[in-house]
Order: sequence, then structure tokens, then C-alpha cells
Amino acid sequence: MSKFPEHIAIEKTHPTAVLDWHDRFGDRTLIVESKQIVEIITLLRDSFGYDMLVDLTAVDYHPRRPRFEVVYHLLNVDGHARLRVKVQLEESHPHIASIVQLYPIADWLEREVWDMFGIKFEGHSNMKRLLLYEEFQGHPLRKDYPKTKRQPLIGPQN
Amino acid sequence: MPHTETLPTLETAVPINEPEFQQKEMLLNIGPAHPAMHGIIRIQTKLEGELIIESDVEIGYLHRAFEKSCEESTWNQAIIYTDRLNYVSAAINNIGYCMAVEKLLGVELPPRGQYIRTLLSEISRIGDHLTCVGASAMELGGFTVFLYMIKGREYLWELIEEYCGARVTTMASRVGGMPYDLPEGWLDKCLWVVKEIREILRECDILLTNNRIFIERMENVGVMPADRAIAWGWTGPCLRGSGVAYDVRKDFPYLVYDQLDWEVPVGRKGDNLDRYLVRMAEMEQSCRIIEQCVAKIPGGPINCENKRIVLPDKKDTYGNIEGLMNHFKLIMYGHGIRVPEGEVYFPVEGGNGELGYYIVSHPDEHSRDGCNDRAWRVRCRPPCFPMVAGLTEIINNYMIADIVPTFGSVNMIGGELDR
Repeated sequence: MSKFPEHIAIEKTHPTAVLDWHDRFGDRTLIVESKQIVEIITLLRDSFGYDMLVDLTAVDYHPRRPRFEVVYHLLNVDGHARLRVKVQLEESHPHIASIVQLYPIADWLEREVWDMFGIKFEGHSNMKRLLLYEEFQGHPLRKDYPKTKRQPLIGPQN
Repeated sequence: MPHTETLPTLETAVPINEPEFQQKEMLLNIGPAHPAMHGIIRIQTKLEGELIIESDVEIGYLHRAFEKSCEESTWNQAIIYTDRLNYVSAAINNIGYCMAVEKLLGVELPPRGQYIRTLLSEISRIGDHLTCVGASAMELGGFTVFLYMIKGREYLWELIEEYCGARVTTMASRVGGMPYDLPEGWLDKCLWVVKEIREILRECDILLTNNRIFIERMENVGVMPADRAIAWGWTGPCLRGSGVAYDVRKDFPYLVYDQLDWEVPVGRKGDNLDRYLVRMAEMEQSCRIIEQCVAKIPGGPINCENKRIVLPDKKDTYGNIEGLMNHFKLIMYGHGIRVPEGEVYFPVEGGNGELGYYIVSHPDEHSRDGCNDRAWRVRCRPPCFPMVAGLTEIINNYMIADIVPTFGSVNMIGGELDR
């Protein structure tokens, strides 16, 4: 399978950044190294016009290694092109650089991923839970989250 | 015993010289549930007089674990959860989810099924816009418009009810097919409803579009320039109000939208008025789409051929052993629809904008053939999430009363936002 133009452009400046790529089901996907995610997304935004971050989410592949995948869906609004960028993260202390400075919407999306999966976004100024409350224990979309567990009660106790 | 402390005088009791009594800013919580906002959301505002100088939006009051529930149910069972995301356009949610799974399976509906889906999507879209515009108008004092538009929505919901038996929790789609064919006389009723909707739109247009109160509350309020709207990930009528002609139905065509003749209305400034006008124009376009669908809908089957995906007819299930086995095979846990390993993202144009489903199928330890009868992960990309995230930008530096029309025009849907 031939490489995408985006892939070739990334390889010019970051030779080892792209780990894998595929075009299954018509969705073009790049799997990249987690350390260079900010540079790669910046390149895709500035040189290829991916000006909208449609979605940012994560998938827990427990018990597979590496366990987590952070998934970025990018859209070129005028050129009608879509690209999916994936990053694989290890189980212990999953963390990745934040892209809030590139897309303001990443602010909430990253907070949601932190809330649901416990993946830290470094450089995010307000890394607190979005959908659940601060006293909530654990991250519910992880596959090993105990579903029947009771959460601590908060608020007035009388 | 005489006490030594001196009694406070008026000057010492009210310490007017202390800085906390002198500050000009005030913190005010609006919400979580507020009569001016149709939805549960909290906006913390920092005010200077009536001017909002800073704000913070807090969501999560409705979080009901849609994505986690989908991991626990089979592919078809998860459709029922998608109903609950948006009660006015539940059919679009059903269809979007089903089409994402179909993309993973590599099947496509026969033309009649696709036309039925298009019709249901457009009926839901008009209902969604009517609710949004009607509620916004009511919050600004236009109660008549609300009543007229709810009357229109009622006609649309009757159509949906006639098709699938429910008004808001429709479950109007299945993976690989549609649950029912159209009832008799339904298409004629569609045309009658379109006529009524046009009349309602005309009446409401007279009541609102030249109404001085309405215009002054909406014009130049909540302005979002096009480049910021894109950076915030806005889609749908809100993005088109800012002047970007992006519509999933035109740019990434699905169903039969590319075979029909319709236009994408856009605004110029990106203020509340533009978002209102775009919604009004879009309802007219949806009426056109419905009329064309009614004229062009072909006969034939509504489900795809594959027996391992679509449930057999009830007459086969009850009438012969093959049909009965086929039915049970699809219903039993651990059997069901076998979806191959992979991941897809499928966007449809919801009432508010791009409604995308990112679906991952990944075999678990019980799977013997590498396929799974349930989703490993279902991620819903709700259209109103970016709009509410960007809300701070369009309410800061406006008056506190401007929250009402601005919030109405972004059309927050709690079920979709919090999932």
C-alpha cells in the first residue's frame, strides 16, 4: 500500500515518528510516536489544512500491551479530507503532551479523556474531571473498572 | 460587671473601607438548572455590573454512561441507548450508529431502506430545529412562536409514531436494515405535514424576522468568527451561521443525499441572528428533501440480504425451522452479529451538526473466530459538545441578559453533551 502524502511529509522532518499506517474501511490512519505528537499535529494543521479537531478520545485494550490508544480525528474543512492519528501508551502512568495550544476544543476533550481513562495530558492548565465530580474514584471507561463499586458520598452528611 | 469593649458604632459595624466591600466584580452562578436555560448546566460568571468579564461552563450533571453501557450490550441492543442521546432527533442518532456498524460490516441497504432513513432523518431534523428556534423565541418572550412550532413538531412526531410506534424513543433502525416498511398512506401524510410546516415557518417568520425586540436581542450578540468556530470544532447550523458551508450531507455524502437537489444555507457574521436564519432556511431545505424522497422512493426490499446480520421476517420465525434457528442464532449471547476486528469513524449530519460514531470491534477472550457480538468501544462525537465548550467565548464581554439568546442559539442537548 502506498504511503499517504501526510505520511511522507512527516517522515521528512521526523524520520522515526510514524510507526504504522493503514487505510482499512476507508479511514486513513497513522499510528505515531507519542513523544512527537505536538510536532506532528502542528505539521498536519499548518501544511495540510487539518484545521478542525473533530474528536479526541481513547480506547482501553486491556490486557493487550500497550494498553491505551489515544485517537485524534482531524478534518480539513475546505478540502473535505479526514485523517485519524493514533498514539499508543503504556499502562503505567499513561501520559501525552497536550494540544490545547493548537485547538481550543482539546481543552474539554482532554479533560474528558483524563476523567474517563486516567490519561494525563502534560501542559494542560486545568486538568480536572469534566463529566464526573472531583471526589469520584477511578476512571470508569477503563476495562478493569469495578462496575458494581459504590462511590463515596459527597455533600451534606446530616 | 462593666465590659471593657466598646460597642460597635455605625462606622465600625459596616467596614466600608475594607477592600472586599469595594470590589467591582461579582461572582454569580447561573444554573445548574435555570429557567432561562433548557438543560442542566452551570455557568460561573464574573460580573462587572451586568457585563460578563469571565465565565466558566460546567457540565456533567446528566452523565449516564452511554459509552460504558454500549460495551455491555450487543450491537443491536446498543441502538436503544442512542435514542436517549437526543430526544427530538432520536432517529438520526439510531441511523448514525447503525451506519457506523454497517461500515464495519461492509454492508449497504437497498435503495428503499436508504430512502426511508433519509426521510426519517429529515423529519427529525425539522423537529430539532423547530424545538431550538421555538424555545429560543419563548425565552425572549415570543410564546406564540413556541406554541406554533411545537404544533409543527407534533405533526412530525405523529409521523414518527406512525412509522415505529414511539414518539421520542424511536429505535427506528437496525444494523443492516430497517425494522418496518412504511405504513399505508404514510407518504401522503408526509406531504401534508410538509405543507403544514411551510405554513408554520411562514407564520413564525412574520412574527420573528422583522420583530424589533427579537432582532435587537439577537443581532450582533454572541458573535463567533469563522476561524474561531472551526478551531472550536463547531459544526452544523452554528458553523454555517459563521459563514462556513460545511455540511456532512454535502461534503461526505451518505444515504441518498447526493441524488437530491438541495442547498446549504450559510450566514455571514456568526451572531445569534445568523444561527436563527440558518436554521429557518435549513427547515425549508429539509422540506424540499422530504418532497423529493416521497416522489422518488422506489419499491423493493428494505433490508440487506445477509441472513447473519438481519433478523428474519416474523412469518419465517414463527413459520419454519430455518427462520426460527436464524432468529435465535442472532439473538443469543455470544452468537449474534459477528463484526470483524477493526475501527471506523462514521459521521452523519445531526440536528446540531456532525454526529460521529467511532466504533471499535476487538475480540475478547471469549471470541473464537476473531469477531465479537458486542462493541469493544463506542464513542459518540456529539455535535453540541464543542458548541458548549466554546460558549465562554461568545458570552464573555456581553451582558448577562445576552446569555439567554446565545445559549438558546447553540442548542445544548444534555443527553448528547454528557452522554
